Amino acid sequence: MSAQAVNLTYREAMRQAIREALLSDERVFLMGEDVGAYGGCFGVSKGLLEEFGPERIRDTPLSESVFVGAGIGAAMGGMRPIVEVMTVNFCLLALDQIMNNAATISHMSGGQFEIPLVIRMTTGAGRQVAAQHSHSLEGWLAHIPGLKLLAPATLADARGMLAPALADPNPVLIFEHGGLYNAEGELPDGAGAVDIERAAIRRPGADVTLITYGGTLPTTLQAAEELAGAGVEAEVLDLRVLRPLDERAVIESVARTHRAVTVDEGWRSGSLAAEVSARIMERAFYELDAPVQRVCSAEVPMPYPHHLEQAALPQAQTIVTAVQRMLGIGA
Amino acid sequence: MAPLEREHGLHLLAQMLRVRRFEEKCVELYSAAKIRGFMHLYIGEEAVAAGTMEALEGEDAIVATYREHGHALLRGVSAGAIMAEMFGKLEGCSRGRGGSMHLFDAATRFYGGNAIVGGGLPLAVGLALADKLQGRRRVTACFFGDGAVAEGEFHESMNLSALWQLPVLFLCENNRYAMGTAIERYESETDLALKASSYEMSAWSVDGMDVRAVEEATRRAAAEVRDGGRPCFLELRTYRFRAHSMYDPDLYRSKEEIERWREHDPIPALSAELQAAGMMSDADLQELERAAAEEIEAAIAFAEAGTLEPVEDLERFVYAEPSAAGAGAGAAHPPGALA
Repeated sequence: MSAQAVNLTYREAMRQAIREALLSDERVFLMGEDVGAYGGCFGVSKGLLEEFGPERIRDTPLSESVFVGAGIGAAMGGMRPIVEVMTVNFCLLALDQIMNNAATISHMSGGQFEIPLVIRMTTGAGRQVAAQHSHSLEGWLAHIPGLKLLAPATLADARGMLAPALADPNPVLIFEHGGLYNAEGELPDGAGAVDIERAAIRRPGADVTLITYGGTLPTTLQAAEELAGAGVEAEVLDLRVLRPLDERAVIESVARTHRAVTVDEGWRSGSLAAEVSARIMERAFYELDAPVQRVCSAEVPMPYPHHLEQAALPQAQTIVTAVQRMLGIGA
Repeated sequence: MAPLEREHGLHLLAQMLRVRRFEEKCVELYSAAKIRGFMHLYIGEEAVAAGTMEALEGEDAIVATYREHGHALLRGVSAGAIMAEMFGKLEGCSRGRGGSMHLFDAATRFYGGNAIVGGGLPLAVGLALADKLQGRRRVTACFFGDGAVAEGEFHESMNLSALWQLPVLFLCENNRYAMGTAIERYESETDLALKASSYEMSAWSVDGMDVRAVEEATRRAAAEVRDGGRPCFLELRTYRFRAHSMYDPDLYRSKEEIERWREHDPIPALSAELQAAGMMSDADLQELERAAAEEIEAAIAFAEAGTLEPVEDLERFVYAEPSAAGAGAGAAHPPGALA
């Protein structure tokens, strides 16, 4: 990186993005459980209450439905709310508001109302917090027309996705994988907005396309590295935007590599991985040299012990094995 | 209560008659399959919408339920746009996409017909939060039924609006039934104002069959919300004379009970009061009926003449369109105070 590069974590990148949004637009405010005095359950909003005050950094009661719904109403009333739902697990308590109001009102009213709302939530497993705190429900929410879904997996996306999400007149859900917050790296000083429409190739390769998003991007990159050691060049495509999907990027990559493996921390049945696989079948069937494979989480509520949790989650080795089997090499 | 005045009394009666006659016509049109889907009638409850709307101002916001034809009409959405909506026509107030349960109108700040019981309350809290944050002295009037009081969203909304001192006027239309379940069969505490007052807000009950009492109570409550910048709860004790919806065989209550409530029908009650006071002649009443009938006939003609949205437009408005910035939101309308 250049001389102006700064070292920071994913958590700090996200905090910078929120801070910049608060500084640049008086209509922006943050609300959610423990975003203020506590500093955010994952420390993302630490220091913001002190800097911006309780009117703009609003601690809420444990009432997901009303504070998500209030975000929708406030957005319709001219504000630009950032609602933090502590984790995706708790968004289940606000699904009525997300699905029946945020996702429907524009269409149901014949386009009379816009809902420029951002809902951020932590997602995913890997920290031994057991079944009720380890869900990956992006695929569920990506099922819903009217919502946009973003999954920042890199520092640049953590830093740069919020501003365009706030500028978007639609409800945008941002999923921050809990395993990424401590990820550290360099960003150019002054890094800013990124696009929120396209998937990104994180590693080019000619032999197989590994399609993933969010928390499984590092795992998938690790698998690609191991495959490279065995002479297989895997292209890693980070979906970044889970709804609407950048179908074109998927199809173009598969047309180059002729093989695809989708990697998804969600459960396999009815997953985003299934959706991507179906689209490849619909649009690029004759490009394929092998059936599309999926590496997903085991279909169990997440167990607590480390060895079982790791056995349930997509691992680099599982991805490598899937690719090798597809290519008829290795074990 | 303020003394009855002729002009205002006739106006209130006219408003209730407009809703009653509109919905009676809706029943015919439903039978004729011009209106389809779910349709919930307000017949019997007109005094609530008529009285409350008098106390609200143009800048205030309305959040309503799926039983909202009367609220939309009395808020100022045209009868034609409502009827066209129920006909599923492009000229409807929601382009025909919402139907009976989802009347929306940005121009009158009518934020919907919400068909999830309790689902509108959080929305109202948010609209009021936006007003508070932007320093606007406006009221968000949120209508919901007694059934909504059993929903978690009711309790979350009461708590948060009181905690944050948000200008929401909660208007609970207690018609004693959550669909077919009587209030005594689903509430541990049936005094809803008492329940609401536990959230540290002013709350009281009013006879929802008396349009003048409703208006007076709403004026007092709206003033408390507007001037005090805090929420207020009104329980409007009312009754629906018709079934829950067009699908409901109405097996859960007795004919005698319905008849007893019909004796409190707000329309004959106000008519009798006006006539007894010598403020309304038979000719006056006939004129109100004639005007309502004329308005409704014109609305039906407008709906009949309406067009169907082209199927090619099916997927429009799932996401906001750059040219269709809403009146209440959207980058094209930044609030002046914070620009």
